[in-house]
Amino acid sequence: MVTIGPGEGLQVDLQSSVAAQFGRQFGRQIKAVITETLEGLGIHDAHVEAVDKGALDCTIRARVTAAAVRATGKDVWKD
Amino acid sequence: MRNSKVVTLEEAIRRSGLKDGMTISFHHHFRGGDKVVNMVVDKLAQMGFKDLKLAASSLSDVHKPLIEHIKNGVITGISTSGLRGELADAISHGLLKEPVVFRSHGGRGSAIANGELKIDVAFLGASACDELGNACGVPRSENAKSICGSLGYALPDARYAAHVVVITDDLVAYPNMPQSISAADVESVVVVDSVGDSSKIAAGAIRDSKNPRDILLAKQAAKVIINSGYFKEGFSIQTGTGGASLAAVKYIREEMISRGIKASFALGGITAHMVKLHEEGLIGKLIDVQSFDKVAAESIAKDPLHQEVSAVEYASGQHLGSATHALDMVILSALEVDTDFNVNVLVGSDGIIRGAIGGHQDTAADSALSIIVCPLLRGRIPCVVPKVTTLITPGKSVDVVVTEYGIAVNPARPEIKEKLQAAGLNIVDIKSLAEKASSIIGTPDALPFGDKVVGIVMNRDGSVLDRIYNICD
Repeated sequence: MVTIGPGEGLQVDLQSSVAAQFGRQFGRQIKAVITETLEGLGIHDAHVEAVDKGALDCTIRARVTAAAVRATGKDVWKD
Repeated sequence: MRNSKVVTLEEAIRRSGLKDGMTISFHHHFRGGDKVVNMVVDKLAQMGFKDLKLAASSLSDVHKPLIEHIKNGVITGISTSGLRGELADAISHGLLKEPVVFRSHGGRGSAIANGELKIDVAFLGASACDELGNACGVPRSENAKSICGSLGYALPDARYAAHVVVITDDLVAYPNMPQSISAADVESVVVVDSVGDSSKIAAGAIRDSKNPRDILLAKQAAKVIINSGYFKEGFSIQTGTGGASLAAVKYIREEMISRGIKASFALGGITAHMVKLHEEGLIGKLIDVQSFDKVAAESIAKDPLHQEVSAVEYASGQHLGSATHALDMVILSALEVDTDFNVNVLVGSDGIIRGAIGGHQDTAADSALSIIVCPLLRGRIPCVVPKVTTLITPGKSVDVVVTEYGIAVNPARPEIKEKLQAAGLNIVDIKSLAEKASSIIGTPDALPFGDKVVGIVMNRDGSVLDRIYNICD
């Protein structure tokens, strides 16, 4: 699950408590995907909480985009 | 009875002459429902024993109370086929001073038979036993409380341990016949309320899959078997406990019926699936070292063509008469396979122990055709990798790897590749599977292993195959 709130700069908290292995081996990569997705949407200030259970990058991108749309009220798919 | 061996657990321990530093042993036929290991080790702790070496045929989630006994110095060494759950996690983080020694089921049988693994006192759970120690894993009275079927992994212990204590939850009238463990090998009999919860035998590794990917893998595995050249009248087969491996039996059955082919025997952990084929007349005999569910356990109790064998007779690499030598085909699962066809079934790709060697090494090495079935990815975890985290079954024993992205054949078996290609199966290079996996998930960071050896993986011939290091957080 991805939750986005206000913040200064892009801050990503990745929790992989359920499946520690993902955080251990893919944490760096998952954080990079989240950051790139937000920057691609023009978001440079946000606090992101991500709870990961082993999703692939495409899924993480979709979740981050959906969370960003909800947080900003700006529908990137329509606009 | 004049010569009754029935005593309390405490008295049995006292009589056994057990001393600090000695080796005690257990079987795991009750799997996730086992109560014997915890019961006995609790009692040993209470009696003040220290520095004991625990030689189990396997350990699972239910044995997490051992964590406290390791911390208290009661247990200071372990040998087993596998570890799961919190105990496995704690050991992976370096809980135990000595490394755990991991052996295959056949390897453990050999090591006990040749004296490499010396057992001082064996504590063997049984569903029925008479006052002299004739014991079995099937019910023999109306008061029976448990059933585990075959006692195959306990038989080397019963035969070779210096002292044998049978623990039962149903003391039956002498003579308990036919018996798995003979009274001649037994020194004491202990009666308890429960030796195990039989409803949990099929828990853990074994599940009946409705997962569409498992079904796809099962169909592919069945096609490999059917077109391998070994699928002919009188063939023999073993399947592992993975969902896909069990589901494959269903498709093999259909093909056996349509072609009128019958198997001579099925080997290994026997499941309800195999019992069904046997009862339909499609499989002549069942050779059972471990009953994987209640249906199998009930079948071994009543069917003379469903035979119990010891771990030595099943899969020893040092006894030429072992059944694996007569095995045509085996379907096995894997946590990881690498581009040299090496397989890991013990350590997760997070570096934490989460499985068991089981009969993997033994059946892969001895069978005419070994087939590994695994998905390319489990979530974000790749199953086909450049190099396995831990080496369990060497690639030279592995012939075919079935994934949902294609089937890889070991270059050492060109004739198999040819046959499968001719049958229209999607044969790919194993390196392309590893590349496909990494193209989807990226390249994982290296695991933070420490420099303490927490596990030693033995090959079935008694040599060391690999070392498992502690994982750091």
